[in-house]
Amino acid sequence: MKLKNLLIGASVVAVSATTALAQDMTIVSWGGAYSASQQAAYHDPYMAANPGVNIINDESSNEAVAKLRAMAEAGNITWDVVDVVAADAIRLCDEGLAMVIDPATMLAAAPDGTSAADDFGDLMVSECYIPSIVYSTTFGYRTDLVGDTPPTSVCDVFDLVNYPGQRSLEKRPINNMEWALLCDGVAAEDVYDVLETDEGIAQAFAKLDTIKDSVVWWSAGADTPQLLADGEVIMGSTYNGRLFALIEEQGQPVAMLWDAQVYDIDGWIIPAGLSPERQQAALDYIFFATDTQRLADQAKYISYGPARASSAPLVGLHATLGIDMAPHMPTDPANATNTFLYNYAWWADYRDDLDAKFQAWLAQ
Amino acid sequence: MSDATTTGPVLAADGTPLKKSLSKALRRQKIRALMLIAPLLLFVTVTFILPIGDMLFRSVENEIVSNILPRTVVELDSWDSTSGDLPDEAVYAALAADLLIAVENRTHIKVGIRLNYELSGMTSLFKKTGRVVDDFDPDLTFAEQFIDIRDDWGEVETWQTIQMYSSVYTNGYFVSAIDMRKGPDGLERLPDGQRVYITSMIRTLVMTLAITLLCLIIGYPVAWLLANLPMAKANLLMILVLLPFWTSLLVRTSAWKVLLQKQGVINDVLVWIGIISDDSRLAMINNQAGTIITMTHILLPFMILPLYSVMKGIPPTYLRAAKSLGATNWTAFWRVYFPQSVPGIGAGAILVFILSVGYYITPELVGGPSGKFLSNWIAEFVLARPNWGLAAALGAILLGLVMFLYVLYDKIVGIDNVKLG
Amino acid sequence: MSKLPPYTTTGQRVWHYTFLTICGFIFFFLIFPIMVIVPLSFNAQDFFTFTPEMLAFKAEGYSLKHYEDFFGDADWQRAMWMSIKIAPVATILAVTFGTLAAVGLSQSHVPFRGVIMAILISPMIVPLIISAMGMYFFYSKIGIQGTYWGVVLAHAVLGIPFVIITVTATLVGFDHSLTRASANMGAGPVRTFFKVQMPLILPGVISGGLFAFITSFDEVVVTKFVGSAAQTTLPWRMFTGLREQISPTILAVATLLVVISICLLTTLELLRRRSERLRGMSPG
Repeated sequence: MKLKNLLIGASVVAVSATTALAQDMTIVSWGGAYSASQQAAYHDPYMAANPGVNIINDESSNEAVAKLRAMAEAGNITWDVVDVVAADAIRLCDEGLAMVIDPATMLAAAPDGTSAADDFGDLMVSECYIPSIVYSTTFGYRTDLVGDTPPTSVCDVFDLVNYPGQRSLEKRPINNMEWALLCDGVAAEDVYDVLETDEGIAQAFAKLDTIKDSVVWWSAGADTPQLLADGEVIMGSTYNGRLFALIEEQGQPVAMLWDAQVYDIDGWIIPAGLSPERQQAALDYIFFATDTQRLADQAKYISYGPARASSAPLVGLHATLGIDMAPHMPTDPANATNTFLYNYAWWADYRDDLDAKFQAWLAQ
Repeated sequence: MSDATTTGPVLAADGTPLKKSLSKALRRQKIRALMLIAPLLLFVTVTFILPIGDMLFRSVENEIVSNILPRTVVELDSWDSTSGDLPDEAVYAALAADLLIAVENRTHIKVGIRLNYELSGMTSLFKKTGRVVDDFDPDLTFAEQFIDIRDDWGEVETWQTIQMYSSVYTNGYFVSAIDMRKGPDGLERLPDGQRVYITSMIRTLVMTLAITLLCLIIGYPVAWLLANLPMAKANLLMILVLLPFWTSLLVRTSAWKVLLQKQGVINDVLVWIGIISDDSRLAMINNQAGTIITMTHILLPFMILPLYSVMKGIPPTYLRAAKSLGATNWTAFWRVYFPQSVPGIGAGAILVFILSVGYYITPELVGGPSGKFLSNWIAEFVLARPNWGLAAALGAILLGLVMFLYVLYDKIVGIDNVKLG
Repeated sequence: MSKLPPYTTTGQRVWHYTFLTICGFIFFFLIFPIMVIVPLSFNAQDFFTFTPEMLAFKAEGYSLKHYEDFFGDADWQRAMWMSIKIAPVATILAVTFGTLAAVGLSQSHVPFRGVIMAILISPMIVPLIISAMGMYFFYSKIGIQGTYWGVVLAHAVLGIPFVIITVTATLVGFDHSLTRASANMGAGPVRTFFKVQMPLILPGVISGGLFAFITSFDEVVVTKFVGSAAQTTLPWRMFTGLREQISPTILAVATLLVVISICLLTTLELLRRRSERLRGMSPG
């Protein structure tokens, strides 16, 4: 009897000891200013509200598919929540590496009672995906290096006569192929049909060939801002948030060319195969970090548009600069006069093939 | 008794035959040596050799299709892919049965992704089909319904691809790695504009060769000077060779990045002297020139040190003898000294070549698109754009090349004679 | 070499001095890139080039701000401590296993010596990217990818060839009658090893250890694959910094690393002299 009491006592102590111990949660994201905005808007308030949770940041989002595959193969998932772009989320969901989310029970409704599914709307591109922001890939140009008539169209990137000088483009086919075809007279709705044919690919490469000698190819998001700041290029593509930081925070003579900006989504997945406790903890975090207020909060730190419709009216001033953030959002009506929709499903099929062709073209 | 001692074997002190005793001692010595080596051998095997083996296995392993579509693979076996006809109804029925289970396990798109490496469009074909696979109408033929979902199921090419990659082992990744494609009539080369890996292999080899030659041309005079100076002076100058050798690779690469960029030190100096104008600064980074300059600097000590140790062993009297016999400086050097330094050249050149051909960090940081080595492709296919089979096949090819050179090095120099510092 | 004999012709003289000049340039090429980052790391501006103030040797052109950035930044500090936590453990593993094996390999009758040697040296020969890829897949399978011990084991195996090479090199000149004498006098193999063999091969062991240490301390490729964010080492952080954006903090880190390599080099040089003295060769 005594022994039994002792055992019960010991197990109670043990249980309370484990709950008192901080529980580690590994959240994977992109690093840099983007992770900083998530830290301020999501992680810090969440840890303040849940003292038992300790969030560890991992900056491996660009390797998420490979690493989750390897973890699944080994049967040892070490990540709890992963921030990925839509294309990777779709792929992870398809491969069964991400858990399916039920928006009705797992996500917060909007303050006015709109269901999460309706609030996110079309942005829920996969059943495993909880979008958090809309960003765009677009061009920035040096206001002092483009002459008296600043560029207004994406096709000015292909115009070496009026805008001589170096430009930077991303070292991959996505976006570049589309822009090339758009500027070669292909209608926006036909772009992917044309790209499916060998002639269409040749057409896109031929257009890119006209500026190939004047292109600096970038692979990290920080490259174009750096190249613009150094005056090594007169215009270049990158994520709109990076250009915002360059223009508003660093005060560089750079302006945005929103024309034909390509929308993409970034958001969360929870890896499949977590233990029930860890899965519950991850869901608890997601419920908190994707509610209307939290998504609006993130826009205080970085100029990406919140993925919920109900967050848009709550977007306020920048946390340190004090400027109104709404006009800097890619979704702001003034910026979104001509946007291009990136076709995830199409790229899932053709990425392997086009990547190889693009790299071969680059190396020529 | 006395007979036995005179004609029998010689005995050791304890009475056993000496021969036996000696061989026992030898065996004990061998065992003791092996016991000392065994822990390390085990360690290296587990932490290094097995991983390499596992990686090599991935380059031929192809279980995914036959695991997820077992019935289809069996049924498809008897289909003649060259006939131009579509497979018969049994194959379609088998596929429907396989997909039903695969969709349940969420594995059907994995097959699509695997096959998409070979034929674009397979990912979405399996995805779309997976969505409607439980709505099949038993009154219609499966073939009809599949083709109804997407025309691709009525294309012979789709089925050829599935059949071609249904075996448990495949040479498909190696075929892709040498820019070829498995067609119905055997291997065919990819069109000109799409040969990426062969181009990259050739470029890697050419650049490695250029780096090796540059190291030799630059390293030879320095090694000669070091070998012929008095000891004290040579030791002092040797520090200038050893310091870069001991300095972090990242430090040296950052240094070159600082020196070579457009707004960097070298361009600044050239503009200041007036050799180039401010708006025509040289592009020396993010291209092949950047990679070659930086890697030559990084690998130069690996050329100088073996050259030096060989030259150190060439008696200076030979050269003097040749000259006193009437040879000019050049003849004396070329006919007498140089042939004796050839082992050093061989050792240094192979070492530099082996180290250089597998470089990843430096080309990644200063190479740009045109300075990309085969290693950079491999890294990309492991993490950024996972296609592990192809990464493993490219890795196996690179490893084969390096192993060949390693054996060559062993034959010429001997692994035991590698000298460090 | 330094003094030309009186009978040299003008042509030979010209050639001699040209040759010395060429060698001077090559030494400059070897050492200049390393030395140039030292002053640049004290740049008061965020530039990678010499500012006019620096060239005029004005005090305001120089500052310690990049060093303050390095010591004040949590990411850099974490990376530095991670390197300090990994490299010594990897070195101890490599030196312990490596020295034992080298002693075994130096015995007169070792079966399959060539094959064993080839296997043990191979981590140095196989391109790092291939080792990294193989380890990434295999370590994932056995559950040590992304862990501290995974990185330590990977670094240890990369350092082993250096220990084997340096220790076997010192054992080549080793007089085996010493161990026999020790055994004759009643010492066991363990005692013989520590009292007789070890002091003599110690320089080789230490220089092998230094190689193993620098291999681990300088390693990026394998670390990037086998480690996860929690195992970000100093060179990995430098690699990310160089690829993302070259911030001058990297130059401060680079300068500190140069200082470390100078210390290592000095230690090695002293060891070499000691070893030569012990073996009765003239000190260089």
